[in-house]
Amino acid sequence: MTRPDSRILLEVKGLHTNVAGVEILKGIDLTVRAGEVHAIMGPNGSGKSTFAKALAGHPGYKVTAGTATFEGRNIFEMAPEDRARAGLFLGFQYPVEIPGVSNTAFLRLAYNTVQGARGKDELDPLEFDDYVREKMKLLDMDVGFLDRSVNDGFSGGEKKRNEILQMALLEPRLAILDETDSGLDIDALRVVSGGVNRLLTPDNAVVLVTHYQRLLNYIVPDYVHVMEGGRIVKTGGKELAVELEARGYDWIKGKAAA
Amino acid sequence: MNTAVGATHPYIEALLKGCEPGHDRPSWLGERRAAALERANALTVPTTRDEEWRFTDITPLTRVPFRAADAASRPGTTEIERFIAPEAAVRLTFVDGTFAPELSVNAGLPYGVVVTNLAAGLLTHGSVIEQHLARHAPFQQDVFVALNTARLHDGALVWVAKDQRCPTPVQLLFLSTQKETATYPRCLVLAEAGADLTLIEDYAGLTDGAYFTDAVTEVAIGDGARVRHVRLQREAGSAFHIATCAVGLAKDARYASHAITLGARISRHSLNVRQNGEGVEAHLDGLTLIAGRQLADTHTVLDHGRPNGRSRQLHKCIVGGAAHAVFDGKIAVAPGAQLTDSAQESRNLLLSDKAHVDTKPQLEIFADNVKCAHGATVGQLDAEQLFYLRSRGLSQQRARNLLTYAFGAEVIDRIPVPSLVEELEETVLAEIQSAE
Repeated sequence: MTRPDSRILLEVKGLHTNVAGVEILKGIDLTVRAGEVHAIMGPNGSGKSTFAKALAGHPGYKVTAGTATFEGRNIFEMAPEDRARAGLFLGFQYPVEIPGVSNTAFLRLAYNTVQGARGKDELDPLEFDDYVREKMKLLDMDVGFLDRSVNDGFSGGEKKRNEILQMALLEPRLAILDETDSGLDIDALRVVSGGVNRLLTPDNAVVLVTHYQRLLNYIVPDYVHVMEGGRIVKTGGKELAVELEARGYDWIKGKAAA
Repeated sequence: MNTAVGATHPYIEALLKGCEPGHDRPSWLGERRAAALERANALTVPTTRDEEWRFTDITPLTRVPFRAADAASRPGTTEIERFIAPEAAVRLTFVDGTFAPELSVNAGLPYGVVVTNLAAGLLTHGSVIEQHLARHAPFQQDVFVALNTARLHDGALVWVAKDQRCPTPVQLLFLSTQKETATYPRCLVLAEAGADLTLIEDYAGLTDGAYFTDAVTEVAIGDGARVRHVRLQREAGSAFHIATCAVGLAKDARYASHAITLGARISRHSLNVRQNGEGVEAHLDGLTLIAGRQLADTHTVLDHGRPNGRSRQLHKCIVGGAAHAVFDGKIAVAPGAQLTDSAQESRNLLLSDKAHVDTKPQLEIFADNVKCAHGATVGQLDAEQLFYLRSRGLSQQRARNLLTYAFGAEVIDRIPVPSLVEELEETVLAEIQSAE
């Protein structure tokens, strides 16, 4: 639901970002308010994932100009972990495998770290086990994933479920989900989308980064932004995604050039 | 037989002072000791000009005038408690090279399992000891094995008779309590055909001063027998530790080694595993975790002398500070040792700019129908993994510690003694945290 009168969570102005010395983002403006769902679409190489990683604080992505204010704080002055503790979450396009670290230990450590930073109670291993099992039901996840190493040997769909499980545990104010739909079959897509929808409240917001309109059938956006060449070239409602699906990105390119 | 005079190397001469074999009972032992003494006198302290010691400069060892340990007061039970693995219902403790019966527990073992000190074992199991002692670890070319053998007066004996299973892990604990002393721990481990044993060989120090441990362990594993061998080197920070472990595998024997190196200023562990019968299986795991100015050298030789051998080796080093780790691992496949299946991996993690690792995996293959693989990596922590953990709220330090820990956990988790797994996990975490 669009909420022009609700609180602003994220405000990005004139963001320029370099990756390995090459300018990828060339001036992004975006405002996300509490309760909103935004979709960022665009062809490969348009800068969607760069935008997501720059916001999360990946050290390889250098912000050269612009500002990003998250709940009143300049996030470019914050370490990635501080952004996470403040309530910013990045769902990775390619979740990283960490052999040797058990998923349950990792999830509990992340949960307790973020809880502690927010002045809330931490959970001991037994309490956490109950808690995480509840959250896993939301995503139709096998509890066997708790005992395995983080993402190690998980299928593409399992990794994406594990990302949304982390989102469910960390309860972010703003979740940026980078291509969460890629690698999911239709059943998994339904489950994962259902999980995200249930996490949405009037107090938080989601930015979906996606190449395809398919995901937006399940998580309905309030705004659709189209990126091209490191800029947002068009913003519209959910019907824009449908139009893009029918007419392709070339249609936008033509319009942007015109 | 006394050849103590005329050592070519003054340092070795000093170490051999007062060593007078030849009067031992039984006489075969005296003869072996005398032969070892002769070799010790003829050999010299290796230098970095020797290929096998190319990366390991032990000059600091030769600057300390070590003496033989005297019978100083022994530690109490409470002082050694922290070293004891609770699963090991049987334990022999040696303090400064001398057997400490009051700190040992070896009663109640079933018939066919003997865990005792060598001096006592010689009285009851002399002939089986004679077959094996100083027969697996050759001293002809190795001055430290020669020194140990020349100095041999006691040690640990673990004997598991045919088809017997030792019902508990056996812990052999070698403690050093006096500075500037040299000790010569010796273990003889015999698992006869079909036997089963879990062994914990443990070296630790209760003094901050420099001391020298020169250890030799011989392990003979009979047909179809199985031995799990955990080796913990957690000597004091100023200590010198040079050890050789020689393992002989008979037909279808299974051997798993878990060698953990944490302590000592300078250490060297040579593990030589020889396949003497067909169809053996050997797993060699190693983890070296060092920091500061430590030097830890691991040399392994896996000698597939017969067909159908299978071996897996994983050696990991975590090196912080200005420490220096060395791994030299040779897999040898003899002519005729067909269908050998061997894989060796050396993986190394450097935690600082001054940390240093030399890794030298080697294959020597003289058979044509074999499968052998080896690989080595040296690196820092993975930047993407670090970012992933930080994006979930973990501090950079916490994320680094967790990844470092995970690197070591792969080796630690396979140790067949749960309390050691837990303890080592804690040790590794503490070490990593203090190293950074």
